[in-house]
Amino acid sequence: MEDVEHIEKKMKLIDENGLRLDGRKPEDLRPIRMEVGVLKRADGSAYLEWGGNKVLAAVYGPREAHPRHLQDPTKSLVQCRYNMAPFSVTERKRPGPDRRSVEISKVISEAFDSVVFSEQFPRASVDIFIEILQADAGTRCAGLTAASMALADAGIPMRDLVASCAVGKIDGVVCLDLRKEEDNYGDADMPVAMIPRTGEVLLLQMDGHLTLDEFDKAFGMVKGAISSIYEMQKEALRKRYAVTAEEFADQPEQAPQERPPPPPPESEEPREMPQEIPPDYEEGQQ
Amino acid sequence: MTEIISELQRERVYRLAASGTRSDGRTPEEVRPLSIEKNYIKNAEGSALIRLGNTEVLVGVKVELGEPYPDTPDSGVLSTGAELIPMASPVFESGPPRPDAIELARVVDRGIREAHTIDFKALCVTPKEKVWICFVDMHVLDYDGNLFDAASYGAMSALTCTKVPASKIGKEDYPLPVQHYPISVTAAKIKDVIVIDPNLQEEQIADARLTIATDENGDIRAMQKGLRGSFSYEEINRVIGLALKASEVIRTKIKA
Repeated sequence: MEDVEHIEKKMKLIDENGLRLDGRKPEDLRPIRMEVGVLKRADGSAYLEWGGNKVLAAVYGPREAHPRHLQDPTKSLVQCRYNMAPFSVTERKRPGPDRRSVEISKVISEAFDSVVFSEQFPRASVDIFIEILQADAGTRCAGLTAASMALADAGIPMRDLVASCAVGKIDGVVCLDLRKEEDNYGDADMPVAMIPRTGEVLLLQMDGHLTLDEFDKAFGMVKGAISSIYEMQKEALRKRYAVTAEEFADQPEQAPQERPPPPPPESEEPREMPQEIPPDYEEGQQ
Repeated sequence: MTEIISELQRERVYRLAASGTRSDGRTPEEVRPLSIEKNYIKNAEGSALIRLGNTEVLVGVKVELGEPYPDTPDSGVLSTGAELIPMASPVFESGPPRPDAIELARVVDRGIREAHTIDFKALCVTPKEKVWICFVDMHVLDYDGNLFDAASYGAMSALTCTKVPASKIGKEDYPLPVQHYPISVTAAKIKDVIVIDPNLQEEQIADARLTIATDENGDIRAMQKGLRGSFSYEEINRVIGLALKASEVIRTKIKA
């Protein structure tokens, strides 16, 4: 069965020297460039180029959660919208959320939910917008990595930055950070997001075929990559906010390039009377 | 999709789980009783009503002629959908599918697709023009936890008894060629405790969820982590082990 698949694919993804289509070794990442604070209106933003991916992330909030019935009196919501521009892919993508984007938005929201100190902002919402401007596989990882920096740029209190990377298998070899052709004709793809400091896995998806040994190898590889991406994120943030002594001396009147803290969530209108406490449904279902 | 859980309840379920028992008397590694009734719907080309504990899902497969995708001109098509209908739970609402239902359908679809469960080539009628399209529709009737596995077992069971209605085009009907049996197993993490096949209570208080589909060879075919909590590498490996162990019995039942 497996042999048949390989013959059908025809495309060879790894050459005789063990190098990939773009000359990378299995454990190499594509070039990554990050920039923080690229949008004027958003409370926080980041731009990321990752191989052929171009991704923009913006954060608004904490701000009043809409629609109101979604508000949580104990904590803020963390809502992410992942969206692909129609021109970001080879065949035009119909604008608006499709099932794939809805799922990715959901898993990214969940990944950030426990990282943001949401208890500090009851009834508010932290809104994350990820726009894929140009796609070349691994967009959810790129989007999540950018969103993490945008959150930091917005001054949202977080336990740590979150970094993300995918690992996969092509021509039977476990490889890091697949590009489009490798993803299309490869054997497996596994996006992972972690808190690099603690090793907590916040996002994990996988499709394809991995043996248990391959999974172990893949996980080790992606963990290492996530650590280096984490360093790049910190560097990009430092670049945005660090002020050198010379700069400081040049502009004695101006405060360092620090943004004012985000405004507190808008004050609430008088709340409606608390409604009847919903019955505890599962009580009777035992 | 939220229900309010009292802190007492939360504490009780956790204490039970931490002591190695569960609110329904199972061990952490035990799956609820699974019953499968195949060919439940006469008008569907394949169907199965499955019960996993009190969770009940009805899956129907309709097989219709349609156009293949341009990049796979000689392959049939699999299309998976899930509906969380309001009768199944007080928190389900009518209307277009929400993210929960979309994630459910996509995770089930991925498990089946990535294991090359169906021989799509055998669903080709005329290359580039006509192929058989399998619409797998998962109808949740009663939601008592772990829809991911219940829906996946339902879909697999329904596919194993699906007939391709080739008599419509003057040929003979033939059984849908199912060549692999991926089995999805979902674990819930409650604080530091891991249980598989979470019931509703456990699911409601769970911090994180991990679904793993494995094949007959013990290889991984699909994974999906959910909810806001996290897993460590060791915990992921434990869940893989539990999934492999639990999947064997379930596979036998679905094949039967």
